[in-house]
Amino acid sequence: MATTNPELVSPVARAPRSALREGWKQLRTPLVYLLPALVIMMIVTFYPLAFQVWMSFTDYGVIKEEGKQTLNPFGPGGTTPPNYRPAQFVGFKNYLDIITNNPQFVARLGGNFDFWRLLTFNLWWTFSNVGFHVALGIIIAVLLNVEGLWGRKIYRAIYILPMVLPNIVVATVWRNMFDDQYGSINQLINLFITPFGFDPVQIRWFNQIQDPIPGIGLPLSYYAMLIANIWLGWPFMTIVATGALQSIPKEMYEAASIDGATGMQQFWRITLPLLRPAMVPAAMVGIVTTFNLFHVIYFMSGGGPLGRTEIMVTQAFKLINVNQLYGVAAAFSVIIALVLIPIFLITNKISRATESYDV
Amino acid sequence: MSSVTAPSRRAGSTAAGRRLKWWQQLVLQAICLFIAATVLFPVLWIVSMSLDPRNISRPTELNLIPPGASLQAYLQVLDRPTANPVTFTELAFNSLRLAGGVSAFSLLIGVSAAYAFSRFKFPGRQFMMIAVLAITVLPSVATIAPLFALLNSIRISSAIMSIVLTLAGLMLLGLTIFAVAPAIRLGSAGPGNYFFGAVGLAISLGLIYSGLSPARSDVFILRNSLLGVGIAMVSGALPFAIWNLKGYLDTIPKELEEAAIIDGASPSQVFFQIVLPLSTPALAVTGFLGFTGGWTEFFLSWQFLTDPKDFTLAMSLYNMTGQYAGQIPWSRFAAFSILLSLPVAIVYLLLQRYIIGGLTLGGVKG
Repeated sequence: MATTNPELVSPVARAPRSALREGWKQLRTPLVYLLPALVIMMIVTFYPLAFQVWMSFTDYGVIKEEGKQTLNPFGPGGTTPPNYRPAQFVGFKNYLDIITNNPQFVARLGGNFDFWRLLTFNLWWTFSNVGFHVALGIIIAVLLNVEGLWGRKIYRAIYILPMVLPNIVVATVWRNMFDDQYGSINQLINLFITPFGFDPVQIRWFNQIQDPIPGIGLPLSYYAMLIANIWLGWPFMTIVATGALQSIPKEMYEAASIDGATGMQQFWRITLPLLRPAMVPAAMVGIVTTFNLFHVIYFMSGGGPLGRTEIMVTQAFKLINVNQLYGVAAAFSVIIALVLIPIFLITNKISRATESYDV
Repeated sequence: MSSVTAPSRRAGSTAAGRRLKWWQQLVLQAICLFIAATVLFPVLWIVSMSLDPRNISRPTELNLIPPGASLQAYLQVLDRPTANPVTFTELAFNSLRLAGGVSAFSLLIGVSAAYAFSRFKFPGRQFMMIAVLAITVLPSVATIAPLFALLNSIRISSAIMSIVLTLAGLMLLGLTIFAVAPAIRLGSAGPGNYFFGAVGLAISLGLIYSGLSPARSDVFILRNSLLGVGIAMVSGALPFAIWNLKGYLDTIPKELEEAAIIDGASPSQVFFQIVLPLSTPALAVTGFLGFTGGWTEFFLSWQFLTDPKDFTLAMSLYNMTGQYAGQIPWSRFAAFSILLSLPVAIVYLLLQRYIIGGLTLGGVKG
């Protein structure tokens, strides 16, 4: 036992080096294909993200008493401008200001900032929208899948319209439709109620501060945007659900109806469970998209009234565009990433998107 | 691709199934028509408003066809859409350069990375893919602070910048001709060659054009230029393109490539002669989605650009809405939104089958 056989030991000792060589051999060809994208992403994606983390610990872009701090040391003639001051390290101040709603910080933003209200609203906005999208998507897909329904092809062609139009146009058009004075929604409501002797209404969709439903702390502009975003979102879910519906074998329904199952029972026991594998990942995609839905919020309510319909991404944009607080905005963006990571991990787990491809 | 075409085929064959009772048909038709009405209402509203010739600042009533409908609003929009002294053509050209450049560049760089992720197993693959996917989840608004700061600190004398751009364009042009011309002359050029040729040509001509157009100031600030906005957009568009293309490549069966490898084809031959031609629809769709993203991009250009000569269509749309609208008649806003949507909407409808296949593909493979 004391004397070790060299022939038995050597393979063990050599293993790490040959594993490395094996790894390099495996990596060589794919690396050639990956290299351009890796280099570009290192420069334009990962480096800025790392820079962002550094920025979030500084007072980058703070407007000082002596005047606006410039963001770069290069002046017009190559000289350093007099109001340049390198950003100073402030530790976790930016994060704490945001999370604890530091009154001084909130006052600088105009007094309407409340991080926890913002986060709660953002989550509620996401889940309420996706809930409607999925429910309506499934119901309409089932409706369109009814055998013998006339004009199915025409309806399918019409129903795809919301997906075809660019988001930015949809948001601006709905903004004008909900206009209190000239919007078509108020005109449509008046068209229906004036014949019955009611006075024409002028609902101030985006500016009314009073909550329309007492007890539910959501402003009217939330409901207006909910309507617009439901219009925008359900067709995608219908398309996903239609694809899944058509792969359910008809024999299952025939067998169920022979056993005496009603239409409702068939829907709850066959259709819904079999739609689940397709709808869950689609809903996850919808959750991430809606959570970050900049266009609808920014172009419709602009976060109003009193910043109550602001979501994370619109607030992040305003921190830069309006307040020019780059360091705070960087910290805010890191917080957005921290909120999104759990959502991303769950999505990734459910859709198994990054698993290796084997056929 | 078979999973994409299957639904539409089956939908046709089931149409002649059992018949509905008349009252069932009536109820379902009523529901379907109601949904169609809600879908069409905003579209019809905007179309009818764009036809309004009266040049009144705001619509006061609902009417499907306004009295004396004409295309006057379109003509006014094409002439000068906003208070800024720029024509629609200039705005559209800026949007086109931005959208086309970003989508072509990310496609060109992204497709080979997508191929590597889809077809090779190598150490670190899982980690790199998670990194790419995580970026696509992160909203691009959330990277605006560092991108602004970094791009803002890059300042070059305009004269040097013009020379650099022109030279880069000429080099790329030469490279494209060198890479594509032999195959075309020999008559062995496939769709892949033409695709790369067209993209390379477009980018290089764009670079030369930017290089030769007269400078507007002494110092070229990268942040305050369409090129800077484009670079900032590539930051998010490239990971998206890689991810989208990888999803499509995963659905292309490996058998063809395996057969080619057995016949002695090298990895690069497999990539250029088999994978690229097969993924033409995927390239078209990913390119289109990237183009739409650039065509409607708002916050980066709004934050970065200061010269009205650089403004894009999406920025002008915001100028015509809400608090910024001022005295701009809504008929012009309507005409402008239709002109902005039309190119994207038409291509979407043409590529519809592939786009929807791709959108659902990412979802249903679990």
